[in-house]
Amino acid sequence: METYDIIIIGGGPAGLTAGIYAARAKMKTLLIESTFSASLITTTDMVENYPGFPGGIDGFGLVERFKEQALSFGLETLQDDITEIQAAASDVSSGWFAIGSQEYHARSLIIASGAAYAKLGVPGEKEFTGRGVSYCATCDAPFYRDRTIVVVGGGDTAVQEALFLTKFASRVTLVHRRDSLRATAILQERAFANEKLDFVWSSVVEEIRGEKTVSAVRLKNLVSGRSEDLAADGVFIFAGYIPNTELANGIIERDEDGYIIVDDRMHASQPGIFACGDCIRKLLRQVVTACGDGATAAFAAQLYVEELRGTLYPHRK
Amino acid sequence: MENLMDRPDKPLALTDANLDEAIAKYPFLVVDCWATWCGPCRMLGPIIENLAKKHQGDITFGKLDVDANTKTAERFSIQTIPNLLIFKDGRKVGDIIGAMPEAQLLKEINTYR
Repeated sequence: METYDIIIIGGGPAGLTAGIYAARAKMKTLLIESTFSASLITTTDMVENYPGFPGGIDGFGLVERFKEQALSFGLETLQDDITEIQAAASDVSSGWFAIGSQEYHARSLIIASGAAYAKLGVPGEKEFTGRGVSYCATCDAPFYRDRTIVVVGGGDTAVQEALFLTKFASRVTLVHRRDSLRATAILQERAFANEKLDFVWSSVVEEIRGEKTVSAVRLKNLVSGRSEDLAADGVFIFAGYIPNTELANGIIERDEDGYIIVDDRMHASQPGIFACGDCIRKLLRQVVTACGDGATAAFAAQLYVEELRGTLYPHRK
Repeated sequence: MENLMDRPDKPLALTDANLDEAIAKYPFLVVDCWATWCGPCRMLGPIIENLAKKHQGDITFGKLDVDANTKTAERFSIQTIPNLLIFKDGRKVGDIIGAMPEAQLLKEINTYR
């Protein structure tokens, strides 16, 4: 089996930036991306806050550019679904295995496995997935031309996607459990100015109803305690995230929500394991912070490997 | 219009016009409904191609662009893509929704046999 200096798990902005830095440092690096799930940002129609793209860029296009840039420096990539990581031997200097359809061996790992949209966990959600319930506005918006949509959530993603959906739907209602939005100010301004968008505050979805497809959502007002049905053809859910960190279960420390705990070098709780991007515990989950984390993780992993090898540049420690 | 060959080793290009012919011709047909705007669909594309090659003569795969073939999208009430339509012996027996790894997808397809 080949031994890599660094194996990066995840092909989103964090992993690809780590790949750019590791490849330019001429570390023997392999990036493993999932066969079936893409970075969440690829499902966004417009990224306006990543510097260097005045006017914005679509999420899929942005990640394609990251990838092109990483490959141009000779980054080796392949597709597999890593479900487990394991110490190669009792002595951690032997490195780690990343295990998918086969085992991959490296002196250090960078986990950049991202997050997925959380499910609401209410009756009807699972039954109507694909029959009115969606987690991807860019995928499914065109099926809702001149129809009515409920968007659940109050953060940047919920508001951005609700605005996108107004281009297709006749009416979009944003349902949020609080009485104000968490989304950034410019998105709030656009949302309040949009005539097709209205708001139901302090309310949660209790149930998604329908026969063959969704016809209504049952909302519960958290202040009055009263429930009512709101007619809708579609429900788009952007209410929180779940980090994709099951692969690290029992190996490294995670917080109560499953986010990987790292230090300021992106080092997790085991020697040689680093993590970056949406899967770590941090304040702000954005493309730009994922990229910053990715660069730090790659450099820290480089230093770790060089120290193992005894080739560390003086004063770099 | 694409000729519906026997034992294709790649996904057939299906349309509103030739879908019914394909449903009638192939005893076990899986139609990947997709569109260019859909990121997860692009992830699923290569998986479908792999499966079409590996299961030549056993499972027939087709791809249908829902943007260009809105009648089919309406007929099967497609509201999310990627959406795989499963046809067995000339009738629809199920849907598989969302992208997933190849092995898991094959398992789900096989539950409709």
